[in-house]
Amino acid sequence: MELIQQMLSGEKRACARLITSVENNPEEAEKILRKIYKFTGNASIIGITGPPGAGKSTLTDKIVKSLVGEGKKVGIIAVDPTSPYSGGSILGDRIRMQDLALNPKVFIRSMGTRGQLGGLSKYTKNALKILDAAGYDYIIIETVGVGQSEVDIVKAADTIVMVMVPGLGDDIQSIKAGIMEIGDIFAINKSDLFGADRTATEVNMMLDLAASVERRPPVVKVTASKNEGIDELVTEIKKHIDYLKDSGKLEERRRSNMELEITELIEYELKKIVISNITSENKLKSEVDKVINKEKNMYEVRDEFLKTIKE
Amino acid sequence: MRPIRVLVAKPGLDGHDRGAKVIARALRDAGMEVIYTGLRQTPEQIVAAAVQEDVDVVGLSILSGAHNYLFPRVAELMKEQGAGDVLIIGGGVIPDEDIPGLKEAGVSEIFTPGTTTTEMIEFIKGNLKRDI
Repeated sequence: MELIQQMLSGEKRACARLITSVENNPEEAEKILRKIYKFTGNASIIGITGPPGAGKSTLTDKIVKSLVGEGKKVGIIAVDPTSPYSGGSILGDRIRMQDLALNPKVFIRSMGTRGQLGGLSKYTKNALKILDAAGYDYIIIETVGVGQSEVDIVKAADTIVMVMVPGLGDDIQSIKAGIMEIGDIFAINKSDLFGADRTATEVNMMLDLAASVERRPPVVKVTASKNEGIDELVTEIKKHIDYLKDSGKLEERRRSNMELEITELIEYELKKIVISNITSENKLKSEVDKVINKEKNMYEVRDEFLKTIKE
Repeated sequence: MRPIRVLVAKPGLDGHDRGAKVIARALRDAGMEVIYTGLRQTPEQIVAAAVQEDVDVVGLSILSGAHNYLFPRVAELMKEQGAGDVLIIGGGVIPDEDIPGLKEAGVSEIFTPGTTTTEMIEFIKGNLKRDI
């Protein structure tokens, strides 16, 4: 395909068009990803996550400027929520990254979650592969504003920066399960506000409680809007990338993510087979009637369907 | 069918974006994905964003009076970037006598004060230049 050649040679228009295809059309996505897969795997993928309004977009803007300053190419995927009512969305992360729009080394794409609840959109990983193949050295995925349990970013990123802000709760919040467990680096943003030291202390104490000490995530205080602490944060990100490579963890992490991805692909195809089987000739409907009338139970129906599919 | 993607942008030196926000919200509620880029954008920034976001529609809002320069400039750059198949619409305080010239320059429709959001949504849905 011509678009793929153009994308590989760095044309942004082609890159953008391919992302639209892989975001919307599973068949097209498969055709494209089959062709470009061999060009992927070179980018370092950084996830930026944290609650709404924590400053993820502003922080992303500053991190990208620092990386671009070293001559690196950076792709950004910024996810914002889709309305469960209208299916529409306001994708506003670019507002904080206005100066980057014209930078030839930067590509920014906004995506709506479209019903996914894990902090990413269903096809974020597809878009990621396009940017990876297009030769971006770093790809930053900015999740939607997360609460306590949106951890899909773990399946997509190598290095996760958890952005926190002062004033969101006491120390018990920081020892709960969920998003607090996935940070490879903790950035305490808006550190010029009252309570930042306390938040940093609480996060530090939470991290010191952990039994495993193989690598203790660092806590960095930043004020993204004033560009303070960014150098230190970028240094920590790079240290984590080196750690992943040197310890073999990068390969481990990517292997387990690939296992999961392949499993999901198989599940998707199986589901299609199952659904076409049970919905043909209203088979499911007549079985439901029997279950409602107590002639059969739901497990019998399940077993019968599985039996016909296996045959 | 995928959602229609729209870039809502405010070109030039104009600090009022309440109108643009009302429009963005109405398009969101009509099921569209709206990319809002914020105030004081140059035509170059707007076009770069439109290309990277691969939008179907660019909606420009302007109150400053500089529409006769900024709107045609956006349309021209879009064509230059190979994005001539994107529907461009404009809105704001725009005198009637300026509208024919803007349409000739590649802006498909101009919405002036009093237009309902429903009219605008219908126009977008009926005039897309790309398949959804």
